[in-house]
Amino acid sequence: MTRKSRRLILIAACGAVLALALGLILSAMSGSIVFFRSPTEVAAQGVAPGTRFRLGGLVKDGSVQRGPDQTVDFAVTDTNATVQVQYRGLLPDLFREGQGIVAEGRLEPGGIFRADTVLAKHDESYMPREVADALKAQGRWQEGKGMVEKPAATKPADASTAITDKTLGQRSER
Amino acid sequence: MLIEVGHFALALALALSLVQAVMPVWAARSGDQALRAVATPAALGTFACILFSFGALTYAHATSDFSVQNVVENSHTMKPFLYKLSGVWGNHEGSMLLWVLILALFGALVAVARNSVPPTLRANTLAVQGLITFVFVLFIITTSNPFARVSPAPVEGNDLNPLLQDFGLAIHPPLLYVGYVGFSITFAFAIAALIDGRIDAVWARAVRPWTLTAWSFLTLGIAMGSYWAYYELGWGGWWFWDPVENASLMPWLAGTALLHSTVVMEKRDALKVWTVLLAILTFSLSLLGTFIVRSGVLTSVHSFATDPTRGIFILAILILFIGGSLTLFAWRAPMLRQGGLFAPISREGALVMNNLFLAAACATVFVGTLYPLLLESLTAEKISVGPPFFNYTFIPLAIPLLLIVPFGQTLAWKRGDVHAATQRLFAALAVALVVGLAVLAYTWGGPMMAPVGIGLGAYLVIGSALEIVSRARGYGASRTRSAGVVWRRALGLPRSAWGTAFAHAGVGIVVLGIAAQGWATEGLKTLKPGESLASGPYVATLDRVGPRMGENYSETTAFLTIRNTAGDMIGTVETGKRFYPSRKMTVTESGLLTIGVSQVYASLGEVMPEGGSIGLRLYYKPLVLLIWLGAVVMALGGAVSLTDRRMRVGAPARARAKALPAGMAAAE
Repeated sequence: MTRKSRRLILIAACGAVLALALGLILSAMSGSIVFFRSPTEVAAQGVAPGTRFRLGGLVKDGSVQRGPDQTVDFAVTDTNATVQVQYRGLLPDLFREGQGIVAEGRLEPGGIFRADTVLAKHDESYMPREVADALKAQGRWQEGKGMVEKPAATKPADASTAITDKTLGQRSER
Repeated sequence: MLIEVGHFALALALALSLVQAVMPVWAARSGDQALRAVATPAALGTFACILFSFGALTYAHATSDFSVQNVVENSHTMKPFLYKLSGVWGNHEGSMLLWVLILALFGALVAVARNSVPPTLRANTLAVQGLITFVFVLFIITTSNPFARVSPAPVEGNDLNPLLQDFGLAIHPPLLYVGYVGFSITFAFAIAALIDGRIDAVWARAVRPWTLTAWSFLTLGIAMGSYWAYYELGWGGWWFWDPVENASLMPWLAGTALLHSTVVMEKRDALKVWTVLLAILTFSLSLLGTFIVRSGVLTSVHSFATDPTRGIFILAILILFIGGSLTLFAWRAPMLRQGGLFAPISREGALVMNNLFLAAACATVFVGTLYPLLLESLTAEKISVGPPFFNYTFIPLAIPLLLIVPFGQTLAWKRGDVHAATQRLFAALAVALVVGLAVLAYTWGGPMMAPVGIGLGAYLVIGSALEIVSRARGYGASRTRSAGVVWRRALGLPRSAWGTAFAHAGVGIVVLGIAAQGWATEGLKTLKPGESLASGPYVATLDRVGPRMGENYSETTAFLTIRNTAGDMIGTVETGKRFYPSRKMTVTESGLLTIGVSQVYASLGEVMPEGGSIGLRLYYKPLVLLIWLGAVVMALGGAVSLTDRRMRVGAPARARAKALPAGMAAAE
């Protein structure tokens, strides 16, 4: 085998593997990306039913209702708009009213968000970044200060107890 | 007082590491041999100072000295002693201190290692190591001082996050950091070689033990983190493709490629430029991992309080080292003498394919991890790239890689023979096919990928064993059938051959464990005492719900009895909700029952105040322990490889040197 053909084989192998990787990335990108939406965006733009997305906001006070067989209904709000969520499964330990959460799932035709995953950060003072940003867009959140105009019964975030270590948040999946 | 001395020692380490970084470079310019020799005591001094500093912080934590901010924020008098110690690195400041401690430890080991590394290469390596240490110590002193005092000192601390009060998390960061930071040595060697403009088999032999050590620890560290997440977080998964997990996987993939490419360089004097690039990339990915974990730029199920100044500082470090090293690479790499090309069908050809697939897999993880960040900074659109993306891109790249693993081992250097290799692997291929088909028939109607994975895992394990057997039996005239001779020859095989076999078999065991998760089952139900919930072949019955007291928590525990479908009792499981009054936090403690290498996993949900009914999730995880046991076998392979004679004897010049004790050899 000549030097030239050896080099060609090497280059062809590199090209083939890289093309495979690139192809996989591109096709996966089009199918498996999940967007983040705040309740306001859901209300304003409308998300097509059946599209998978992440919904983030505060659990509305007084909205949590436990049904039979580990189902739970609650509302997620960014103080401007509200989306009704249905979930079946164990909720994270820090899931409670007034807490910032992120739920992943699909919107049903009736406007109810059926979540299969609910994420809540494990630290009470910690607000998921997307939720903080969404609240900022509503003028309800300021960097370093937490909730500006606090909805009833929501504690302002206390920056002093913020966690700085490597910890996993809570998460529940159906 | 000790705290102030610790702080001072850290400042001293800053100065010493600067000396370590600058002197060898200066010596190279002025040609002063004595100046160059300064690097060694400077490296030892840096290590001693940081060790003292770390000891001072540990002492403050152990004695609950609440005049120190770091202790106040992360400790509590009621906290069990083990977690007082692990609390030292259970927070940002302390974990960065551990990071530089390990960095300085590796620097000191390079300084004292007695091997055949040319003096210039060693001095330059120490200089690069010194620069890395300097920058990170500067980072700690300016943005994350662990020795800050509070006045007046509170009587009680805030306690460590309950999720971190766990044995798994006590040992996970040190293991992971030895892995991450260990790659700084290969990086330093690569930069030194680029500065020198010379790279050869001696270089490859010098970096190999470091790469092996770092890789073995990183393997253990990732496995430990995965097991901790599995049992502590109560959602039963073992890998989530979370940015923080990916941050540790990327250097592992690049490091695995590096481990294999240095073999080619050592044996065949080829792939030099690529190996240097890989050494740079592996450590760059470790730095990137540190940046992702410490800055909180990526949304992760791992939560962090973000501190913009820290993020920007680490980003600057990242740009300095990655940008600097890649610029140096672009400038100097063309000057390195290229090795020869080689036949595609050969051991080195297979190793090139290994590198290609590992690099491509690493690239897909990289894209999936950082794309959300890029998209958000460009378009303000927030997305999450989850497991579907990674499963879709990673698995198709991993399968061909795993298929060529036994082939690579079987092929000869220079010129291999696919036909002969296939013949030798026939037994592995046949058994794997039979196993796969048998499992498929037995579980017909279940997931299709699981039997494929089982077959693949079996093929890897048997292929590794066959390699040892066929080497021990010998070839041609020396071929033997006598079991005694085979046994003796097998024991006489180089340790590196055994190490390779163990590591590859370990990969196979991991694949078996992952594949079996296709048959994992879960059940979810509201239970009253006396009621049952089934998952897979097991049934859990709730006996009672009751309170229990721990050292620094109170727990509501559900006591369960596990029976098989025939009704025979297998064991009991306890799962509970622990309330930590110091943090006012509730944490779910999952209950595990190990049956062979499979597990029944129970996780407690809502406890209803009336009637004592509970929400319960019950998983059956077949063969799940193989995932982590396989990783341990892989790391063991790395350790066995480290004891190879080649590592101790090294270059021919070393043959005259007196034999080193085993501990020193491992450190080399």
